[in-house]
Amino acid sequence: MTLSVAEVRHIAKLARLELTDSGLDATQAKLNGIFGLIEEMQAVDTDGVEPMSHPQELAQRLREDVVSETDRRTAYQSIAPQTEAGLYLVPKVIE
Amino acid sequence: MIDSSLKDIAAALRAKTVSAVELATESLARIEAGNAAINAFITVDRDGALTAAKAADARIAAGDAGPLVGIPLAHKDVFCTEGLLTTCGSKMLANFVSPYDAHVVGLLKKAGAVTVGKTNMDEFAMGSTSESSHFGPTRNPWNLTKVPGGSSGGSAAAVAARMVPIATGTDTGGSVRQPASLCGITGIKPTYGTVSRFGMIAYASSLDQGGAFARSADDCARLLSAMTGHDPRDSTSLERSYDDYGTDLGRPLAGLRIGLPKEFFAEGMSDDVRVAVEAALAEYRKLGATTVEVSLPNARLAIPAYYVIAPAEASSNLSRFDGVRYGHRAAEYGDLNDMYCKSRAEGFGAEVQRRILVGTYVLSHGYYDAYYIKAQKLRRLIAQDFAAAFAQCDLIAGPTNPTVAYGIGEKSDDPVQMYLGDIYTVAVNLAGLPGLSHPAGFGAGGMPVGLQLIGNYFAEARLLNAAHQFQQATDWHTRAPVL
Repeated sequence: MTLSVAEVRHIAKLARLELTDSGLDATQAKLNGIFGLIEEMQAVDTDGVEPMSHPQELAQRLREDVVSETDRRTAYQSIAPQTEAGLYLVPKVIE
Repeated sequence: MIDSSLKDIAAALRAKTVSAVELATESLARIEAGNAAINAFITVDRDGALTAAKAADARIAAGDAGPLVGIPLAHKDVFCTEGLLTTCGSKMLANFVSPYDAHVVGLLKKAGAVTVGKTNMDEFAMGSTSESSHFGPTRNPWNLTKVPGGSSGGSAAAVAARMVPIATGTDTGGSVRQPASLCGITGIKPTYGTVSRFGMIAYASSLDQGGAFARSADDCARLLSAMTGHDPRDSTSLERSYDDYGTDLGRPLAGLRIGLPKEFFAEGMSDDVRVAVEAALAEYRKLGATTVEVSLPNARLAIPAYYVIAPAEASSNLSRFDGVRYGHRAAEYGDLNDMYCKSRAEGFGAEVQRRILVGTYVLSHGYYDAYYIKAQKLRRLIAQDFAAAFAQCDLIAGPTNPTVAYGIGEKSDDPVQMYLGDIYTVAVNLAGLPGLSHPAGFGAGGMPVGLQLIGNYFAEARLLNAAHQFQQATDWHTRAPVL
């Protein structure tokens, strides 16, 4: 399997990563090298094998729906790039 | 004094022949002398360390005899530390001062350990050399032209260079065991779910696990015992009783069955590593252990499976870095989408971007079953191989890394070559098993070789026991690089 330049552009768009035209070929070549390695997986028959996501087969725990955190908005917003009146600022989304 | 064992340092602290302030000062002086060449630390917290050391001295004066009170410690910069820069080796977080402590950081603070700083690492823990850090590569204290391994290379180098006696790390595909091996120290990654991931900046959540570095297995046991435990803030943290991993260290090895996976002793291991590993195994047999050949037939699939699962989870985890709530935001951008794309392209380095792209692809519409589910099926086959092997043996042993440390820059332009170096370590993460690497001699160019021991689930005490017995009979772990 090899990724075309168009496919690399498409996944970069999905991943919200701006790719420069000058870096595109090098990125494409390295990704295709990695996919060459990954393709080795396909040679193995895994029919009927149950996928494994946690080694202890742990179910996600549920907790009581109670407040467990204190309000630390000021501390958390002090590290944000841009805030105003307790809100995070981003470029205008809706005209 | 910081070159002594934790046991001896703790005794000296209690006997008041040394103070925690003196230990912190000694550690800070070592860092100041060596860090320009080694680049093991991203942040050195002199004031915080001295304040914590004074508090530790007060605790000792009040009769607190905890094993880590007053011991200098370094944290891998993947662990959030309240009020202290936490960069994860990335430009994305180059100005991120965490508003809270990771669970592990909180536990070690409570235990009285004195944090002297935050160590260098591959960006977002993605790498096997510590070269991808935004803050420049860490250098191997045994030879400054060589890599220290990664991704926890700063922690391993700091312990190897005797800047600190203990340090934390994380191991997603070998990132504790491999740098421990390449730097000639001891490192352990416990069973998945035993160390809380809360506040540990996520790379691949189903594989990430905190671990411990020290010169000896005894010291690793003391650090790891303070790091494990159930934490409700991590949904994969296991609810069970937690051991003191040091209680079983003195157990003789007579009757211990060590499995040697034939796949780990096939081609791929360099001759110098093979000689050191065989000599270490002979030493284990001298100590009363027996060795038996076992097989991990799907081990060769561990690398492809890992390089699907880890990037897939990384692409999801790293979507949080959007330039809105914290982290880097581009100086110039158009609309919101452009702000995301530019901030992320500027904030992430090349290897991180590659893994995000691979992960995005394998999770994208139409490819999920062919890649992510396929890899998770292989993951089960790999775990089943280990289960079958552990029916025949108590521990598994083999090399940690196929070669000794290679040159800085040698593989940094060829990700696939770098990935292949993880051949002996990643299967352990996929299965969620505990693994340890301890010094086993020296190979080409006088560079350290590590022996990897793999245990069944929750066999940390047995791993540390075996390594401790080996270290009672050998002195490889006491060798220090000349700086």
